[in-house]
Amino acid sequence: MVDVIDGLYREGTPIKDTKAPGGPIDKRWETRKFEAKLVNPANRRKLSVIVVGTGLAGGAACATLGEAGYNVKAFCYQDSPRRAHSIAAQGGINAAKNYKEDGDSVFRLFYDTVKGGDYRARESNVYRLAEVSASIIDQCVAQGVPFAREYSGLLDNRSFGGVQVSRTFYARGQTGQQLLIGAYQALQRQVAAGTVQMNSRHEMLELIVVDGRARGIVTRDMVTGEIETHLADAVVLATGGYANLFFLSTNAMGCNATATWRAHRKGAYFGNPCFTQIHPTCIPVSGDHQSKLTLMSESLRNDGRIWVPKDPADREKDPRTIPEQDRDYYLERIYPSFGNLVPRDIASRAAKYQCDAGKGVGPGGRGVYLDFADAIARFGRKTVEERYGNLFDMYQQITGDNPYETPMRIYPAVHYTMGGLWVDYDLQSTIPGLFVAGEANFSDHGANRLGASALMQGLADGYFVLPNTIRDYLAAGPFPEVPDSAPAVVEAREAVQQRIDHFLSTKGTRSVDSFHRELGQILWEYCGMERTEAGLTKAVEQIRALRADYWKNVRVLGGNEQVNQSLEKAGRVADFMELAELMCIDALHRRESCGGHFRAESQTEDGEALRDDEAFAYAAAWEFSGPDAPPVLHKEELVYEFVEMKQRSYK
Amino acid sequence: MKINLKIWRQAGPNATGKLVTYRLDDVSPDMSFLEMLDVLNEQLIAKGEEPVEFDSDCREGICGMCGLVINGEPHGPRVTTTCQLHMRSFKDCDTITIEPLRADPFPVLRDLVVDRSPLDRIIAAGGFISVSTGAAPEAHATPVPKKNADRAFDTAACIGCGACVAACPNAAAMLFIGAKVTHLGELPQGQPERAARIVKMLNQHDAEGFGGCTNVGACADACPKSIPFDVISQLNKDLRTSLVRGL
Repeated sequence: MVDVIDGLYREGTPIKDTKAPGGPIDKRWETRKFEAKLVNPANRRKLSVIVVGTGLAGGAACATLGEAGYNVKAFCYQDSPRRAHSIAAQGGINAAKNYKEDGDSVFRLFYDTVKGGDYRARESNVYRLAEVSASIIDQCVAQGVPFAREYSGLLDNRSFGGVQVSRTFYARGQTGQQLLIGAYQALQRQVAAGTVQMNSRHEMLELIVVDGRARGIVTRDMVTGEIETHLADAVVLATGGYANLFFLSTNAMGCNATATWRAHRKGAYFGNPCFTQIHPTCIPVSGDHQSKLTLMSESLRNDGRIWVPKDPADREKDPRTIPEQDRDYYLERIYPSFGNLVPRDIASRAAKYQCDAGKGVGPGGRGVYLDFADAIARFGRKTVEERYGNLFDMYQQITGDNPYETPMRIYPAVHYTMGGLWVDYDLQSTIPGLFVAGEANFSDHGANRLGASALMQGLADGYFVLPNTIRDYLAAGPFPEVPDSAPAVVEAREAVQQRIDHFLSTKGTRSVDSFHRELGQILWEYCGMERTEAGLTKAVEQIRALRADYWKNVRVLGGNEQVNQSLEKAGRVADFMELAELMCIDALHRRESCGGHFRAESQTEDGEALRDDEAFAYAAAWEFSGPDAPPVLHKEELVYEFVEMKQRSYK
Repeated sequence: MKINLKIWRQAGPNATGKLVTYRLDDVSPDMSFLEMLDVLNEQLIAKGEEPVEFDSDCREGICGMCGLVINGEPHGPRVTTTCQLHMRSFKDCDTITIEPLRADPFPVLRDLVVDRSPLDRIIAAGGFISVSTGAAPEAHATPVPKKNADRAFDTAACIGCGACVAACPNAAAMLFIGAKVTHLGELPQGQPERAARIVKMLNQHDAEGFGGCTNVGACADACPKSIPFDVISQLNKDLRTSLVRGL
């Protein structure tokens, strides 16, 4: 066995994507679709697919696979598939339509995404994403998604953080909601057609792997507590990201990593767990009772100007009384060509530095101003209201302040995770038959995601990519029937039952939430916007201690055969604890700064992120080797044939 | 702030429920309503009592998962979702009664959690445009006048929370259906299935046990997304057209 590195992990053999065809990048997807085996329409209903999660990726995949005639079983933990957290995305969805004739193209969207991801994503996957983006808009418009339109009746576009073209389609500040409802309605249409069997209020608690293939899942019915076995020819996880590790994040209360983490424990490698995104424009924390953070779409940065008082003594003053010359519009000053539209990681860190320097505003001094006074003077209140009305209302609802009259206060918050289960070009994980779509995989955003690209990836995977790649796998099916008595099934069910029994019988002293909150504080402190060797080492120790205490000391009341949200959370937090440790190990081992991962030891003289392409131009795919054993690192080398690797500059 | 709470507790779908009184002594006006309940639950767990079960997910007012009847009003005194209601809307020493969304088609599962799956089945019956993936024409092929696109958006903003049903004395889901038929009916893409859509959705509505609309208007008052009451006029108009065509 190879040595343990830094006392934390081992290095295994390199890993490679074997599915993307070589050759010209603009022909790869077409070639792969042609080479992927077909399934005769008459045989499709004999093939079954489990889809876990019904957000943009999962909902779109269910609808499309159902339309194709496969036998789909869908699962979500919410009471309806329409509630998945894709619904909360506000700003928009990118597509290379070039409707504005401003120089956009598939290649430019590809280029911007690779660059925005700080050269840590696989070229062929990103190109495909850009390539299918235009079809997504066509599909959504045909479904009745009410995108914003101009008076001509044609679709409107806007520009979004980190890019210089207008390629973002939007539906006021509720784009995610409208896209999800489109996918949900398409899914419900298949439910009525009988191709999709929907199981809401069901949580996946274990993956079933038989003879090396993913063949099913174990779920808990969240109303009756019944533990159920569901078997199929393939399993798709579209269960979203793991930002809820931090307790305070912009994710929904129920967002969790249990499905992906259970799959990881069964052999699926986890890619780049340390790549998390901190969103610059969220409503600041108001007190200890805070249960989650609310994002304000960064489209606000198109018209709002970010500033802090030059003099820390002014931070308590009414911002409207601070004259122009005493304000520091620090993004416009430091990054003159991108100004307030610099990528998310840069905007977030800049806000942190201003607050660290004592210029932060609002409770606790953790906030900066986002000011619309100039925009209202220039365009009039009505136009600003049309563009951002619902965001302004939401801000006022939460803070009690009216942003039409006084500047908003914003602060960064954890928002999205670029890391996720490692997948090949076919979106298949290292477990054959286990596919991963949307935020749950690691595939397209590298070390940092550009604004309005999450919706694009979710729908690209769900509508266009997965349905085309999964058929290559299903063509070899149906696979031999798995009896309920199969050892893999029995073992998975027992593992689920044991965990539930443990939580209900521990009778400790602390609630699940109190542990979760503490875990979040450790991560925000040491694995948040800025990370250091010493801090991460400390975080690993603290997480281990917290995890040990959790298993002995958690208090979950009530029983299994009832709605029991403490019990649901208990399983999720147990998995968060293990994933949090891996995240810190990944952050420790990556001794470079790139995208959302900022290592204080690796920065340029003027404080910008400094990549180390010699040592780290790879995706880290982690293999599970036991709850207390060092994980094994498999490196996937990233080769850039079409985009030259450059140090990012937004100045 | 000090707050007195009377909360509906019910052990399961077939159990008898009752209002139970609790008291919180240290409520911040900046807390959201659900954060106030989180605080209560932490205190209950510390005392060894089972926490109050209630649904919530995004806590940003968009997913539609939350929905409590607060002092008799779905989502409480303001035009917003329960999760976006803040304690600054209440006064020190207020007594607040919290019940689940009440309607026969929404059975209580436990405490404040109800089953709203009938709404999903109404959508499945016809609340969509039938376009399979890949079959779509180029997005700019059909311009949509801004006026129609805006009206489609306003009505598509429905979050499916069910407050309209709970507010209605007849437990009708007409605002919910009206919003959907108006959203899809405003768009050229929604025309081919328009006449059949309304009939299918209404048949499912009746089969689920929702009541009829008697133009009370409580639904639109309770709607956290301000879906306008006139979508029900649109619904009736579309229905007349369908009936004339013998659908």
